[in-house]
Amino acid sequence: MPTKLYNEPSPLETRVLSKRFGLENSHTLDVYLANDGFKAFLKAHEMTPAQIIDEVKASALRGRGGAGFPTGMKWSFVPRTSPKPKYIVINADESEPGTCKDRLLMEYDPYQMIEGILIAALAMDSHKGYLYIRGEYRYLLDHMDRVIAEAYSRGYLGKNIAGTGFEFDLVAHSGAGAYECGEETALLDSLEGKRGIPRMKPPFPAVAGAWASPTLLNNVETFSSIPVIIRDGGPAFAALGTPKNGGTRLVCISGHVNKPGVYELPLGFPMLKAIYEVAGGIPGGKKLKAVVPGGSSCPLLRADECDIPMDYDTLAKVGSMLGSGGMVVLDETTDMVKFALRIMRFYAHESCGWCIPCREGTTWLKKILQRFDDGGGRHDDVALLGELSKNMLGRTFCALGDAAAMPTISIVDKFAADFEKRLTVLV
Amino acid sequence: MAETVKLTINGSPIEAEKGALLIEVARANGIEIPAFCYYEGLSLQAACRMCLVEVEKTPKLQVGCTLPVAEGMVVHTESDVVKSARKGTLEFLLTNHPLDCPVCDKGGECELQDMVFRYGAGESRFVERKQHVDEQQWSPVVFFDAPRCILCYRCVRVCNEGLGVNALGIANRGVIAEIVPNHHDHLECDECGACIDICPVGALTSGIYRYQTRPWEMNHVGTICTHCADGCRTTLGVRNEKIIRGNNRDSSGINGEFLCIKGRYGFDFTEHPERLQSPLLKVGDGFEPVSWSKALEVVAKKFAAVKAAGGSFGVIGSSHTTNEESFFLQKFARQALGTKNIDHHRSGDLTTFVDALTDRANVLATVTDLYTAKAVLVVASDLSQQHPLLANQVRANVRHHGAHVYAVTSGPVREDKQSIASVRVEKGGELAGVEGLREKLAAEGELVILFGDAIQGESLRKLVAFGDSLGIPVKYVCLVDYSNSRGAFDMGLIPREGGMSREQMLASSDLDVLWVVGANPLKSTSLAAKNAFVVVQDLFMTETAKRADVIFPAASAYEKSGTVTNVCGEVQKLKAAIKVMGAKADLEIFGLIAKEMGPDVVKTVGIWSPEKVFEEIRKTVHGYDVSVPVIATGGAAPTMPLNGRVAALPGTVASAGDTLFTSGTLSRYSKILNSVMEAPGELYGGKGSAS
Amino acid sequence: MLASYPEGRKRSAVVPMLIYAQDETGAVTPELIDEVAKRCEVAPLQVDEVVGYYSMLHRKPQGKYHVQVCTNISCMLVGGTELYEHAKNKLGIGHKQVTSDGQFSLEEVECMGACSWAPAVEINYDFHHHVTPEKLDQLIEAVRKR
Repeated sequence: MPTKLYNEPSPLETRVLSKRFGLENSHTLDVYLANDGFKAFLKAHEMTPAQIIDEVKASALRGRGGAGFPTGMKWSFVPRTSPKPKYIVINADESEPGTCKDRLLMEYDPYQMIEGILIAALAMDSHKGYLYIRGEYRYLLDHMDRVIAEAYSRGYLGKNIAGTGFEFDLVAHSGAGAYECGEETALLDSLEGKRGIPRMKPPFPAVAGAWASPTLLNNVETFSSIPVIIRDGGPAFAALGTPKNGGTRLVCISGHVNKPGVYELPLGFPMLKAIYEVAGGIPGGKKLKAVVPGGSSCPLLRADECDIPMDYDTLAKVGSMLGSGGMVVLDETTDMVKFALRIMRFYAHESCGWCIPCREGTTWLKKILQRFDDGGGRHDDVALLGELSKNMLGRTFCALGDAAAMPTISIVDKFAADFEKRLTVLV
Repeated sequence: MAETVKLTINGSPIEAEKGALLIEVARANGIEIPAFCYYEGLSLQAACRMCLVEVEKTPKLQVGCTLPVAEGMVVHTESDVVKSARKGTLEFLLTNHPLDCPVCDKGGECELQDMVFRYGAGESRFVERKQHVDEQQWSPVVFFDAPRCILCYRCVRVCNEGLGVNALGIANRGVIAEIVPNHHDHLECDECGACIDICPVGALTSGIYRYQTRPWEMNHVGTICTHCADGCRTTLGVRNEKIIRGNNRDSSGINGEFLCIKGRYGFDFTEHPERLQSPLLKVGDGFEPVSWSKALEVVAKKFAAVKAAGGSFGVIGSSHTTNEESFFLQKFARQALGTKNIDHHRSGDLTTFVDALTDRANVLATVTDLYTAKAVLVVASDLSQQHPLLANQVRANVRHHGAHVYAVTSGPVREDKQSIASVRVEKGGELAGVEGLREKLAAEGELVILFGDAIQGESLRKLVAFGDSLGIPVKYVCLVDYSNSRGAFDMGLIPREGGMSREQMLASSDLDVLWVVGANPLKSTSLAAKNAFVVVQDLFMTETAKRADVIFPAASAYEKSGTVTNVCGEVQKLKAAIKVMGAKADLEIFGLIAKEMGPDVVKTVGIWSPEKVFEEIRKTVHGYDVSVPVIATGGAAPTMPLNGRVAALPGTVASAGDTLFTSGTLSRYSKILNSVMEAPGELYGGKGSAS
Repeated sequence: MLASYPEGRKRSAVVPMLIYAQDETGAVTPELIDEVAKRCEVAPLQVDEVVGYYSMLHRKPQGKYHVQVCTNISCMLVGGTELYEHAKNKLGIGHKQVTSDGQFSLEEVECMGACSWAPAVEINYDFHHHVTPEKLDQLIEAVRKR
C-alpha cells in the first residue's frame, strides 16, 4: 500500500481526520496506536451509552454521506434495549459524482474508522458490523480484509477488544456497481442479497434495518470523526466549525482548478477561499461560472452565489446542499447543456426503477437533453425540462429523484442562456 | 372497539379507526384515491406515486396508500397541486407505454385508460424514442408485453405472497427494469392466470383470450366452476354462445378474485369437436345417431320391461351433476325403478363423517372459516394441487392474520413454507402424526381440520375423537374431489339400506340395466354382466359410453342451471352461460325418460324443473333448508346435514388424485389443460409443481 | 463467506459471491446462477433478478482486461469524454464490446471515486489517475506486452 498521497496537502487545511495521512504505514495498527489510537475507545468504554451519545450530539457532527442528518440524534433512535441483535452498517458505497474521500479514510487511516465503529457499538450494544464497500473499490476491500485480520489477531476486533471484554465482529461486504445502494435502505436490501431497492420509511433503519433488526447506518467519514469527538470532547469538535455545523470535513475539490484534491477544511470555510487559495484557482485565469457544492445531487451555484461559508445551514439557505463534500468547479468554458446532460445520464443509468417519476422522468429528461445537445433543441424544451424536473421533485420514492431534479432545475433556471444559445428550432 | 380519530378529507368530516390507511379510509367514505400498485390484500409498495395527496401542515405531498390517519389530519385529494401531480405521473408513465390501445386486449377495462380519462395526460409532450422490447410468451397461458408494463408489481406480489408460487421476479435497473419468469424465458408455475387478471394494463395477457374480442362485446355470466369441489365462482365472458374467457374480477363468490387454471381457463372442453351432439344407438359394433324420440322410446321400453320382470337395476350417478339432478335421479331409481342400487364415485368418506359428527352444531367449516380460523391442520392432502381455493384461503389467513398452519402429509406441500409444524408420514401413519402435534394444537384457541381420503372409516372416527380431546372448538372439512361430490352424497346417490355399491354393481353378472350418468366407471373396471343394457348420459364418448346401448348427449355445468354443493357444504347456484345444441341437461333427460315411461312414472318422480326440485330438496333433505334469496342472488348457503345417524355403506372411497391440471374426464378434452401438461402439477411437491 | 452473515441469512452472500465468481469465470452464466442459488439457499430466480441490477455483473464475458473510463462530471471537465473517445479509437471497440482477441473490453462508466485526480480509468480493479490519452496508450501497451 503506497503511503504517498494522491495530491499534495494544503497549508490551509485543518487536519484532524486526516492528521495521520502521509505517515509511513499510517494504515497499520502500530502507527495508529502510536498516534492516539484507541484512546477514545477506552474512554468510551468507561462512559455510559447516553454519555457517548450526548458527546456526539454536543459535537454537532452531521452525516457526512450527503444528507447531513445530526449524527447524535440518529444514534439516539436505535432502541438499545431491543431484544433483537443490533447491527452497525458502514456506508462505504461512495458513488456520488465529485466524491472521493471515504477512499482515503479507508486507505490511510482505517483504524480511525474502526475505532469510531467500536465506539458506536458501545453506545448501541451492538456486536456485529458490516462494511459495505462499493464493488469498484475492490483494492480497498482486500485492504480492509487485511486490516480487519490484523485487528483480530491483535485483539482489536472480536472478543475482549483492547482488554475491555467488549466483543465486536466486523465483516467487509462487496457491492457490485449501483449508486442507489448508497441510499441507506437500498444499501440494506443489497446487504441482504437483493436488488438495491429503497424501503418505505417508517420503519426507519434504526428500528428495523438489516434483517428487520435495529441498525445504525452511517458514512465512513462520520464514523471516522467519532474518535476525536470522544477523545477531545464534543464541544471541542463543534468549535472547529460553525454553530450547529461542527467539526471539519474532507472536501473533494475537482474540475477546473489548478490543484484538485481532497482537503480537510473546517465547516464554515469560505467557498471562494477554497477554490482560489486551497485549490489554487482556475487554470488559465478563466472566470468562475458555476460550482457544484457537494456532489452532483445538489443545485448548482452561480459564480456570484459562491461567496459563502461552506456549512450545511448556509448552503441550505441559498437553496443548495453541503451534501457529500464533492465540490466541482466549473469555469466559463463549460457548456451547461452538456453538463446537465451528463448529470441526467448518470441518474437515468442509476435509477433503480422502482417508482414511476424517477424511472420514467430521468430517462425522458435525458432524452430531451441529448436531443438538445445533438442540435435538435426546441424553444419549448427549456421550460419542459424545468417542469418535468419539478414533477419529479418531492414525488419520488427516494431521494434519487430529487437528486436528479435539483441540479437540473438549477441549471435550467440559472444558465438558461446556455440553452438559448443552442436552440435550433425557435417555436 | 378500536380507537377512532376524526379527520377531514376534502372538507368532509370523517371518523376512522386510528392508524388505518388513508387510501382505505377515503375509499370507505366514497372518495376515490387512484393507485396502481396499492392492492387490497397485497403488501404495500408506494411505488406508483399515483396516490399522492395533499395533507395540510406537511411540506411534501403524502403517499395515501401508506399514510396512517391521525387525529385532526386535513386532507385534500382533489386540489390543483394533487391533480397536477397525478397528471404529471401519468404523463411520465405514458412516455414509454406503447400506443397499443387499438390492439391491446385490455382496452375497455384498462386501469391506465381509466386514469388517463379521469386525470388527463392524454396528450403527451414526449417526442423522443420509446424504450422497446419484443413481446414474450412465457407459457401457453401467459404472454408478457414488457413495454406495456407499468411496473406496479401486482403480479409479482400475487404470485409470491398470494399464491406462494414465487414464479415472477423483477430484473434489471431503471427504465429497462422488467418482470421476469422463473425459468429465464418461460414460466413453470400453477398457470393460474392470477397475474394476468391482476395486471391493471395489458402487459400480461392470456393466450386463450388474446385478440378474440372486446370486453363490452361479451355477456358476463357468473356461475360455479365445474371442476374441483371448492366451489369457486367463475364469471364467464360469453359472446355469440361461445365462452371466451373466465375470471372473477368482480370478486363475487366465496373465492374473491381467486381462480386456478381450471376455473379460469378450463372451459374449452365445452366446444371440443368430439362433444356428443345427438343421442346414439348401438348398432352392431358402432353407434348410429338417432332422434331423441327413438332413443327415449328404446330406453323407456327397456326400463319398464325390466321393472315389470323384477330385474336388477344399477344406477351410477355423477360428482358433477347438480343437486337437483342427483336428487331426481335417486328418486327416479328408488321410487320409479324400485331399486336401491344407487352409487357414485365417492372420493371422501362422508358417510362416516356425517355419522361421527351427528347432532353437533358448528363443526362444519366453510370456505370463509378457513380464512378466519386461528389454526388450520391439513391431513393427507396436497391442498394447493387438489383444493387450490382452500389452500389460498389458508395462505391468506396466515399472511393477513398470522394464523397457524400444521401439515401432516406423505410428501412436501406448499403449506410447509408457512407452517408451524410439518410432519411427513407414511400412508397409514397420519393419525400418529397428528397425535404428535397434540400439545401444539391444544394450545390453539380453535382449529379447523381438513383431511383427505386416507382418513376414512375407523381412522375418521379416531380423528374426530382426537378433535374432541383437544378441548377447543374444532371444525372439519372432509375433502372430496369434484364440483358436486358433496351434493351427490347429500342428495342420496348412495347405496343406502342394502343397495349395491358401484363395485358391486359392476361385478354383478346378472345386472339387467346399468344407468350411468356423468361418470366413467368402465375406465378402470369392466362390467361383469355381459348382457346388461347400458344407458349412458355424458358429454363425450368415454370408455363407459363405448359400452353403452344408448347414449344421451348431456349438457355441461356451464350450460344449465341448478345448484351444487361444495366441499365445505355450501350450496351455490349455477347459471347457464351458453345454450348448447343437441345436448340436454341431465335433469331434462331424466324427465323425458319419465314422460316416455308414462304418466304414472311422471307422477312418481314429479316435475323436472330445477326450481321445483330444489323446493323438494329444501323440504326433504337433511340440512338443506337453506335461504332461497341467498342462493338466488349468487351467495353461498351453508348446509348442516348432521341430524341422524348414517349407516356405513359398502364399496370403496377413494380420491381420483387430480392435480391442478387434471379434472377427470373433462380435462381430457380441454386443450388448454393439456397444453400445460409439459409441467404437470404433481401431488406432494413433485417435480412438476412449482415450489 | 456464508458464515459471516446471521443464521439463516445466506442470501446476503449472493452479490459478493456473484462478483467474485465472475472474476474467475468471466461472466455470470445460467450455471453460475444455479450454483450461487444452491449455495445461498435461494431460488435461481432470486439470483437472476439481482444480476441485471448491478452494473458490474455481466452475462457476457468481458475482455481479460476490462478498461473502464469515467466520463462523469469531474472527469468530463478535464477531458474524460475525449479520453473515452480516444480509448474507443485505440482499442477499436465501443461501449461494452470486446476486442476480437479477447484481450480488452471497454466500458464508459459512472463516477468511480477518483474525482480529484481526474481523468480516471480503472482497468479490472486497478485505479489509474491523471490519465491522459498518452498515458492510456502506455497502459494499454504495457498490458499488450504481458
